[in-house]
Amino acid sequence: MEILFFLFVAFVAVGSGIFVVTCKNPVNSAIALVNTFFCLATCYVLLDAPFMAAIQLIVYAGAIMVLIIFVIMLLNIGTVDVVKSSHAVAGGALMAVLIGIQALYMLNRGEVANLDGPMTESALREFGHTELLARSLFTEFLLPFEVTSILLLVAIVGAVVLAKREV
Amino acid sequence: MYDYLWLIPFFPLVGSIINGLFGKKIKNEAVIGGFATAMIGLSFVVSASCFFSLLNDPVKVHEQVLGSWMSVGHLQVEWGFLLDPLSALMIMVVTGVGTLIHLYSIGYMHGEEGFYRFFSYLNLFCFCMLMLVLGNNALVMFIGWEGVGLCSYLLIGYYFHKKSAGDAAKKAFVVNRVGDFGFLVGLGILFWTLGSHGVWTVKFTEIAANAHLLGAGSTVVTIVTLCFFLGATGKSAQIPLYTWLPDAMEGPTPVSALIHAATMVTAGVYMIGRMNILFAMSPTTMLIVAMVGAATAIFAASIGFAQNDIKRVLAYSTVSQLGFMFLAMGVGAFTAGIFHLMTHAFFKACLFLGSGSVIHGMHHGLHHAHSHDDPQDMRNMGGLSKKMKITYWTFLISTIAIAGIPPLAGFFSKDEILWWSFASTRGHWLLWLTATAAAMMTAFYMFRLVSMTFWGECRANPKAKDHIPESPWTITLPLIILAGLAALGGFVGVPALLGGSNHLATFLNPVFGHAQETFNLSAHGSHATEYGLMFFSVVVASIGIGIALYMYNKNPDLPGKFVARFPGLHRAVFNKWYVDEIYDALFVNPTKKLGTFLWKGFDVKLVDGVVNGVAATVEACARGMRYTQSGLIASYAMTMVIGVFVIIAYYVFK
Amino acid sequence: MISVNYFLVLSAILFSIGVFGVLTRKNAIVVFMCVELMLNAVNLTFIALSRHLGNMDGQIFVFFVMAVAAAEAAVGLALMITFFRNRETLDIDDANTLKW
Repeated sequence: MEILFFLFVAFVAVGSGIFVVTCKNPVNSAIALVNTFFCLATCYVLLDAPFMAAIQLIVYAGAIMVLIIFVIMLLNIGTVDVVKSSHAVAGGALMAVLIGIQALYMLNRGEVANLDGPMTESALREFGHTELLARSLFTEFLLPFEVTSILLLVAIVGAVVLAKREV
Repeated sequence: MYDYLWLIPFFPLVGSIINGLFGKKIKNEAVIGGFATAMIGLSFVVSASCFFSLLNDPVKVHEQVLGSWMSVGHLQVEWGFLLDPLSALMIMVVTGVGTLIHLYSIGYMHGEEGFYRFFSYLNLFCFCMLMLVLGNNALVMFIGWEGVGLCSYLLIGYYFHKKSAGDAAKKAFVVNRVGDFGFLVGLGILFWTLGSHGVWTVKFTEIAANAHLLGAGSTVVTIVTLCFFLGATGKSAQIPLYTWLPDAMEGPTPVSALIHAATMVTAGVYMIGRMNILFAMSPTTMLIVAMVGAATAIFAASIGFAQNDIKRVLAYSTVSQLGFMFLAMGVGAFTAGIFHLMTHAFFKACLFLGSGSVIHGMHHGLHHAHSHDDPQDMRNMGGLSKKMKITYWTFLISTIAIAGIPPLAGFFSKDEILWWSFASTRGHWLLWLTATAAAMMTAFYMFRLVSMTFWGECRANPKAKDHIPESPWTITLPLIILAGLAALGGFVGVPALLGGSNHLATFLNPVFGHAQETFNLSAHGSHATEYGLMFFSVVVASIGIGIALYMYNKNPDLPGKFVARFPGLHRAVFNKWYVDEIYDALFVNPTKKLGTFLWKGFDVKLVDGVVNGVAATVEACARGMRYTQSGLIASYAMTMVIGVFVIIAYYVFK
Repeated sequence: MISVNYFLVLSAILFSIGVFGVLTRKNAIVVFMCVELMLNAVNLTFIALSRHLGNMDGQIFVFFVMAVAAAEAAVGLALMITFFRNRETLDIDDANTLKW
């Protein structure tokens, strides 16, 4: 049952992904991308990571995609986008296929032992995913977390400076 | 007293540095000149006290080591000074004559541009010369040896805006380099051969003490001493490297007096004296030294016959007198050589300074008459004895001294050399004959000089005639002192035959005695022979003087007729036997051609070709590579993806 | 429990689609979205392996990737606005000043 649900979600994700790269209208691409993000969030839930699913929706589907659509609207880009010449498409397809095959080949060969980390079934049931994540984030990874805040601040300043009309 | 030895070179160094750095700001000529003179004067005072301490000291060799200079493997070199009778005599000459010439320069260089520069160089020269004579090892001596060459270059080129002065400076430097090369090679061979016998040293005392290890008369000693002799010929202007000295007269006259007559050019003689034990060990080298000396003496004297420039005559005279000194060294008469070095320093300095005084007066007169005649040309002079009395009398005394008329200084030293060249165990009557002929020629051309300059009618521009003044006291005082020394200096070495006791020989015996005893270098002969030779040399000198007086004083037309009779001979002598031209053809032009070939053939084609070829290859590669910079983001992205694929593939499939 | 391999296969497929989009589309915004797609594919891998190994670090990484993606979106889109203002286009082939 679970596996069927996953296959359905995966099918929708891949289909939406193909839409993203093929649609002529960027708005359609964006909507398809949002769809893909939803599918991925579903996958995260299936992987016992509800907090990640939540911020996937909030940050990606909510913030980033809204921003992208905003820009599309703002610049009023129509369907002027034309796909490149056929040999460019062929080259892109070839490389994409090669990369995919390579990844799958690695998957086939990969030997990963089933290590026992802190995130066990019992721990998940006892504390919940969010608490486990928070423990790790605010103890072991506290410094990178704080540095990330500086990164975001810099990004804000950069965006303002770049987008301002007159400097 | 000997602890203050280091002060002797130190004072001139201080003077040179201070004048060199601040002279331009000081500007006041009296301060600059006075300071420089005071520095060398202080040096003279220290030298004199050292000298007189040494006179009464039973221990004749003193060394002072200031510190280590370098310590490389077996080579241990110290900053050390050596005071023995030889160096004591030399520092007396250098600082004494140096002080007088500094004093003289204050008057002579008055109003010249770069006054401070001149005194800075002059002090620097004294420093180097004192390092040369005081160094207790060959490398400190070599510093001085190179240093005096440098100062000589700087001072010859003092009027650097004149092309001839620049050329002369370059010539002096390059010719000296040839000799310096010989010095260094000789020193290297000596160091390694002595080292192979277990004695690694460059110190003179140790070289002298261990010289016997090389074996008397061995090939290596001959090679070493010949190399050193090559160095000496460069510095002391002997055949074949004498050509730079006459050209060096482009420098100011005090420079000619100090460097190119009294001190620097005697460095070669001093060096042979310093290494006397090595030279004594090689009869072959001694013979070559004596022959070169004698040949130079007569050859240079012959050129002196036909020169009209007053300083050039004196320059050839210097070369000739240096030849006498080398002749003395070559026949084992080390004492006589050093004796002649000393007396020559006195009378030749006096002659040069006197000529400077004459030039100074002529320049003044010609300047007054707005004439552009050459103030150094003797054909414009004559009759100056009435106008410049002090200069005339001092000049005359020195001329008689150089001509070898008793009892002036030149007689004693020259006669001792002649006696040794005849009677020494290493002497030969041919050497004596050559030297005697040279002595006669010396007397001749010196009195020709005096006649043309001081006697007869004044041939100068009529307007200039009455405005030729006597020089100021700073010029005449050194002249008087030097003339006094030229007159009386010979009495330190009066031979036993004439009732003297030759103080100089006794004084220098600690330096030369050992070599002379060991290798049986002595002059023997009956008293009658010695008297006879002495009398003969006086007669010969008188004949020379007589001919000169007859030709230039009594019958002024005679020289012209003589020239008309033998035009080819005159032209050859006048053009210095074409030696410069021969050297140009043999050495200078082939070297230039080789240089041009290396420049145009080797450097431009090969070296530049390789360099430019590398650059061109890189450029061609870059031109091809830049097409990858298409400016298309997609192609960059493609490249990146391919790169990622390849890198991952490496890890996956390895 | 679904095997981790399913998620990894899905991730690989999505990543390849993103690569294809980046290489073939001309519109800068679409290219940008494709990059986001690739980032999400990688995120999926991280979370799947994190669950598989019982290790929290992978999810922390995803957290940071999201933060970087947000910053990238802000700056990247600001760049596009500036570019569009200058060129009246978003065609990446027009951004070709940086060539020989």
